[in-house]
Amino acid sequence: MASVLVNVPKRAKRGDIVEIRALTSHIMEPGYRRTAAGEVIPRNIITSFACRYNGREIFRADLFPAIAANPYLSFFTTASESGTIEFEWIGDNGFSQTASAAITVE
Amino acid sequence: MAGNDRSTRRHFLKAAGSAALAGTITRVTLRPAEATPAMLNSAIRNVVGEAPLRNGKVKLDIPPLVENGNTVPMTVSVTSPMTADDHVTSIHVFNEKNPQPYIGNFYLGPAAGRAQVATRIRLADSQNVVAIAQMSDGSFWSASVDVVVTLAACTEEL
Amino acid sequence: MRRTSAIVAALLIVAAQTYAADIPQRQRRSGYSFMAPDTKAMQDDDTANPGMLWVLDGEALWNQRIGAADKACSDCHGDAKASMKGVAARYPAFDKALGRPVDLEQRIDLCRTERQQATALDYESHDLLALTAFITHQSRGMPIVPATDPQLAPFLEKGHELFTQRQGQLNLACANCHNDNWDKHLAGSAITQGQPTGYPMYRLEWQTLGSLQRRLRSCMTGIRARAFSYGAPELVELELYLMSRAAGMPIETPAVRP
Repeated sequence: MASVLVNVPKRAKRGDIVEIRALTSHIMEPGYRRTAAGEVIPRNIITSFACRYNGREIFRADLFPAIAANPYLSFFTTASESGTIEFEWIGDNGFSQTASAAITVE
Repeated sequence: MAGNDRSTRRHFLKAAGSAALAGTITRVTLRPAEATPAMLNSAIRNVVGEAPLRNGKVKLDIPPLVENGNTVPMTVSVTSPMTADDHVTSIHVFNEKNPQPYIGNFYLGPAAGRAQVATRIRLADSQNVVAIAQMSDGSFWSASVDVVVTLAACTEEL
Repeated sequence: MRRTSAIVAALLIVAAQTYAADIPQRQRRSGYSFMAPDTKAMQDDDTANPGMLWVLDGEALWNQRIGAADKACSDCHGDAKASMKGVAARYPAFDKALGRPVDLEQRIDLCRTERQQATALDYESHDLLALTAFITHQSRGMPIVPATDPQLAPFLEKGHELFTQRQGQLNLACANCHNDNWDKHLAGSAITQGQPTGYPMYRLEWQTLGSLQRRLRSCMTGIRARAFSYGAPELVELELYLMSRAAGMPIETPAVRP
């Protein structure tokens, strides 16, 4: 059960710079750890994250094994219009997850 | 060299600790061998090419003494008006002693309003972290922080 | 009047069953207070606290119909915000049928098997952690209630013994570090008082949420003693004692700790 915690202000004034946060559960297995028997545990990470505001990409990130488990991202955007902010995570082993939040801009 | 002193002392403490904690099975390899300063430099060159790397504009916020290298809060902010003509296009963060030099690449644009990104990273050892911002005019700016990483006191068997 | 106050005084003496070496109320400090500002900030913000991911999952599980009885927790307990408020603050609690205290995880499993006719969940499984975190979270900010139930007294005493007995290759008792040497350091990490205010908690070392039992087991391994198995009565007795020792301290679940 992959869970997601996204935080977008519900309302903003046009032109406000608002902070957006996205937190998702994922082990972010780096691919360098070994079991007690000595075998390498294969890499299993989220490799990219994208955020779209009414379909327009406003932020994108490439993630590497050095990003901590349960990856957290905070970034900013200018509140321009009411609509939907969409989040997408893509990773190893076909991992794909989305979330969205509404914003009202007056 | 300061770096060597730290790693020798760390190795001694670990060996002393292991002697006291007989039968320890550590699941995590503490010093994955691959990282070198040369890897860091070539990773930076991959992004920056031959362009000069200027100091300034970039602020890299990481606690200088970290409680646990598994989850280190990090904020990178870049001074920029973030207008269509003058904005940060991307921020790249690198490290010196993890198994590989990349931490994350973050792509912004004028819509961001503020060039500031926060996340949580992993640091395998006390080391340098480098953040490089690419601006819309093609210039590169950088900042780096020296971070000391402590370990948790007890090993665990699940 | 005098008789009433004598009874009240007697009850207060029973209620405040403390042991000589316990940390006095005014000196009790949560593990939170030993952390660096950045780690504190991770706990303080519900939109950034990784433990909240489990609380959210727990809320979904609370409302999910399961088992042969096709019942959700909410079918009997309604809105957890109301029905579970204060519950975790008085756990472990005495279970009449078993004749001994159970912790919250065991209570959840008893409900699942007996009421929902579903399978029990293992300690440290995602779902049990999520449910425990969600339920305990409903007591956040509330003070821990000491074990006043007289039926708990022998188990509380057992927990105290476990806390103060030396064990393992390093021949250490919990009390040696957590009563006698808190606020000093062990290998670069602060020695806390070992207060159980924030469980299940997100431990940076684990990179996931974990229970008090996991933490106790890893401490025992750390002093090179053989750790009690998950669900062992000794771990519940220890938790019972730790909660009484922390009486009055507010619940913080889900806490973040290094």
